[in-house]
Amino acid sequence: MSLTRDDVAHLASLARIDLSEAELDRMLGELTVILDSVAVVQQAPTDGVEPMSHPLPLTNVTRPDVVRPSLTAEQALAGAPVEEQQRFSVPRILAED
Amino acid sequence: MTVTAMVLPYEAALAAYDPVLGLEVHVELNTATKMFCGCATTFGAEPNTQVCPVCLGLPGALPVVNEVGVESAIRIGLALNCTIAPWSRFARKNYFYPDMPKNFQTSQYDEPIASDGWLDVELSDGSIYRVLIERAHMEEDTGKSLHVGGATGRIHGADHSLVDYNRAGIPLIEIVTKPMTGVGERAPEIARAYVMALRDLLRALDVSDVRMEQGSLRCDANVSLRPKLDDDQETVPLGTRTETKNVNSFRSVERAVRYEIMRQAAVLHDGGRVIQETRHWHEDTGVTTSGREKSDAMDYRYFPEPDLVPVAPSSEFVAALRQTLPEPPGERRKRLQTAWGYTDLEMRDVVNAGAVELIEATVAAGATAAGARKWWSGEVARRANAEGVDVGEYASASGLTPAHVAELDQLVTSGRLNDPMARQVLEGVLAGQGSPTAVADALGLQLVQDDSALEAAVDAAIAANPDVTEKVRGGKVQAAGALIGQVMKQMKGQADAAKVRELILAKLTS
Amino acid sequence: MTTDLTRLAAAEMARLLAAREVSSVELTRAHLDRTADVDDEVHAYLCLDVEGALRTAAEVDQRRIAGESVHLLAGVPIAVKDVLATRGLPTTCGSRILEGWIPPYDATLVGRLRTAAMPILGKTNMDEFAMGSSTEHSAWGPSHNPWDLTRIPGGSGGGSSSAVASFQAPFAIGTDTGGSIRQPAAVTGTVGVKPTYGGVSRYGLVALASSLDQAGPCTRSVLDAALLHAVIGGHDPMDSTSIDAPVPPVVDAAQRASVEGMTVGVVRQLGGEGYQAGVRERFDESVQLLVDLGAKVVEVDCPSFDYALATYYLILPSEASSNLAKFDGMRYGLRVLPSGVADPDAEQVMAATRDAGFGPEVKRRIILGTYALSSGYYDAYYGQAQKVRRLIAEDFARAFQVADVLVSPTAPTTAFPIGEKLDDPLAMYLNDVATIPANLAGVPGMSIPSGLASEDGLPTGIQFLAPATEDDRLYAAGAALEAALLDRWGGPLLDRAPELPKGA
Repeated sequence: MSLTRDDVAHLASLARIDLSEAELDRMLGELTVILDSVAVVQQAPTDGVEPMSHPLPLTNVTRPDVVRPSLTAEQALAGAPVEEQQRFSVPRILAED
Repeated sequence: MTVTAMVLPYEAALAAYDPVLGLEVHVELNTATKMFCGCATTFGAEPNTQVCPVCLGLPGALPVVNEVGVESAIRIGLALNCTIAPWSRFARKNYFYPDMPKNFQTSQYDEPIASDGWLDVELSDGSIYRVLIERAHMEEDTGKSLHVGGATGRIHGADHSLVDYNRAGIPLIEIVTKPMTGVGERAPEIARAYVMALRDLLRALDVSDVRMEQGSLRCDANVSLRPKLDDDQETVPLGTRTETKNVNSFRSVERAVRYEIMRQAAVLHDGGRVIQETRHWHEDTGVTTSGREKSDAMDYRYFPEPDLVPVAPSSEFVAALRQTLPEPPGERRKRLQTAWGYTDLEMRDVVNAGAVELIEATVAAGATAAGARKWWSGEVARRANAEGVDVGEYASASGLTPAHVAELDQLVTSGRLNDPMARQVLEGVLAGQGSPTAVADALGLQLVQDDSALEAAVDAAIAANPDVTEKVRGGKVQAAGALIGQVMKQMKGQADAAKVRELILAKLTS
Repeated sequence: MTTDLTRLAAAEMARLLAAREVSSVELTRAHLDRTADVDDEVHAYLCLDVEGALRTAAEVDQRRIAGESVHLLAGVPIAVKDVLATRGLPTTCGSRILEGWIPPYDATLVGRLRTAAMPILGKTNMDEFAMGSSTEHSAWGPSHNPWDLTRIPGGSGGGSSSAVASFQAPFAIGTDTGGSIRQPAAVTGTVGVKPTYGGVSRYGLVALASSLDQAGPCTRSVLDAALLHAVIGGHDPMDSTSIDAPVPPVVDAAQRASVEGMTVGVVRQLGGEGYQAGVRERFDESVQLLVDLGAKVVEVDCPSFDYALATYYLILPSEASSNLAKFDGMRYGLRVLPSGVADPDAEQVMAATRDAGFGPEVKRRIILGTYALSSGYYDAYYGQAQKVRRLIAEDFARAFQVADVLVSPTAPTTAFPIGEKLDDPLAMYLNDVATIPANLAGVPGMSIPSGLASEDGLPTGIQFLAPATEDDRLYAAGAALEAALLDRWGGPLLDRAPELPKGA
């Protein structure tokens, strides 16, 4: 499982980070080293072991379906880089979902 | 630019290929608040006034599950005869899109709350198709974008977009069918019938407004074709499927499925391969166009949502929810049919006209079952069809209520109006002139009850038409029609024709 | 008088305030003056709220004058790590991508500080998005260790630890995902506690790794930590992962300060090779001291801990890659347009913004996490790590069957020079080797000073670990050892820290 430069480029694109060529090269070296060292988890005796995604065995935490105060539009839009018609203005979106 | 694809004529397509469908329906729940926060879900609010740190995806905010969202999901699963998971989790579906504030959607992946169910769908000819349900799971809706600067307000050619997050976080239940096989040439009809049946079920559960035109019920249609064999059809591997979005009405479901079958058949017929992709349905032009590569190819990097804990409904809790389920629509229809004394054909007409609930309310308001049916699935349905809307929509638009129709029916059964007069009254009610009684009064419509007046008119007609009278006396009962006509004219139509005939015959025959 | 005030324990400040021997305004001003004197050198703070802090102080003074009853800690000022949302105050998480972002809401724990009327002095420096062990990954440059300004103060919460160690705040709030409260405490001669996972609300704590993050106290004494823990801890309905139970009796335990009858387990896998000799020396002495105080010491074996670092560096980046996806320049924070592109689309702007706004460590971990979650690799990496995590939790459970608390050196080395490990990510990750297991299992941990290492005269720390929800055991044992060490030293370790040069 050695990482190629293309792999890193693909991952960067999945993660929406526009890495420069220099960054890509450096990242490849660093990640390869890190991946090698974390790969040791595969040697752990995990046969029959259930994955643990939470330290606590909590279940069924819910809230009642009761309205709580929202932010004002002003508060919501306060940090918006660009605002128009009380909405967040974003650059053109390529593909329709 | 829309390139019109080649299509194979439908019959030819079905002769060579066996269509398989998969329908994904998203239901927007009618909870008071969003799935993971306490923001209101009211439709039509000013942009970005129903948002908070959680649904806006602000740094640091955390989700908390809406208990009614879970209950609705379980009730929907039960109504679809699903197994309710004793333990299920939320998962993050990771992808970037400006209408998704966190750039991941909190959804469910391999541990949905409900799975392996079915829904029997009654088709217009009375036959039943059983749709197998793969799963139903909980997730959250995205914000809404306005695309600015392009020609049509659509995304293509837009300059930039404006995002409103009021809708972000509203609870959605996604219902996914298993591959629907054996549909044959009825595929489009079955698809439509399934979505309508689902709509009825969800309305009966009162979990959603289920209005396709408002987006509280959404449908994506997956279609694939495989070569048609004479037997062992089930052994043929499924073809490549496309997913069609923007299917915004029941009619669109049917048309889009039909179109995709024809389009894919043409591709295959030409020796080509169907591309696995997402397509966009255009109701105005009646075609699908190519969108993105189908989401299967996208790696969503699902992992269990660490900010939420598992949903583990006890069997007691599920049993209690099961008690709250309404009568399944199919059973309810059977019961009503018996109660109303309709034939199968009559009941089917009523169902197809979408008039069951209206008739139920009308009977409850005092009408006869026969009368209610006559008006709603007869006269009113005819007018609704002419305007291209369903009976319910026509009724709300025109202000015609079950109470009105019950009143009208009573005016007839009590002998005040005959059928032609009643139709006149209906016109008046539809024109907004008031209740049936008010309209009848205004028009001075009243069947003459007074026998002596009737007798006088009958005597006058007999006296004025000696030839006809002779014929009737001589046994030609049909000839009385002319006399009846005269009497009716004299009475300005305000007589019960049957009664007039009775009187005439009584006088002229012994 | 000014210098004297800032050198007091928070508990003592509270006593003076209650006795009306000093006002909160005086106290708060004293700390702000201290900051004016030394923070050019230390760089603990990213932002100060002079006006807000003094306003709160004045309000508390008024209420006290009016005879109103106020919280025990009312009027004692505090600093807050910049990863917590503070309404009206910039919150950057040490990152350019959030430069200038002002939250419209308070984190729940910040709300509790405000309810207790504790003046918030400002936001402290940190490694960007809490990723790091030295604070060198802050977009605004590192903080400096008050013991030696050329050295790191630990990370990611080096701002909080250095603020406390340089007497710019009586105490501070930190957050700990893999040791970011405890390791800075160890290298600055202060106290740091990571509560049981779920013990303190995460609502408003900008998430790094949701299943590992916890907020906790950074202080100069165990009692101060207990008092602060009691304020910020407890159930929060806005946080689904918070524990619905009262805060463990930490203050009582700190006051009891006893290890009489306790069994203390020394973890074989934590300590030994890879740990600086001076660190181990101080640790061994402290363990002996615990025996002198009435504890029984046993060795415990936790073989899965050898996998802890690798497990952590798979789970954290995976969750972080998803948690940090929201920073895309669309709704708040930095937005950067790609250079040389005429009419960029949303995706291009996101990618340019994230490349410009995130530092190298953050980018590394996001890419790593994206990889570990991707289809085809999930089972081998993230999936596998979650299984190893359970093994680690089970090792803890087994150890706690024979011991009441576990101990280890908090960090393998003393504070290293700024710049020394910056080019070697793996070497940097090793700083957390002893603290990481507790985050993976969700158990609480505390670091208290164990003395100065003989080779370099720099602070070392001893770590206590307790079973989940038994945080009070940390305080009982920690306070007992602290008292004994104070006795041996003739005063707090921090008294030996060099005087900081006062800025112009």
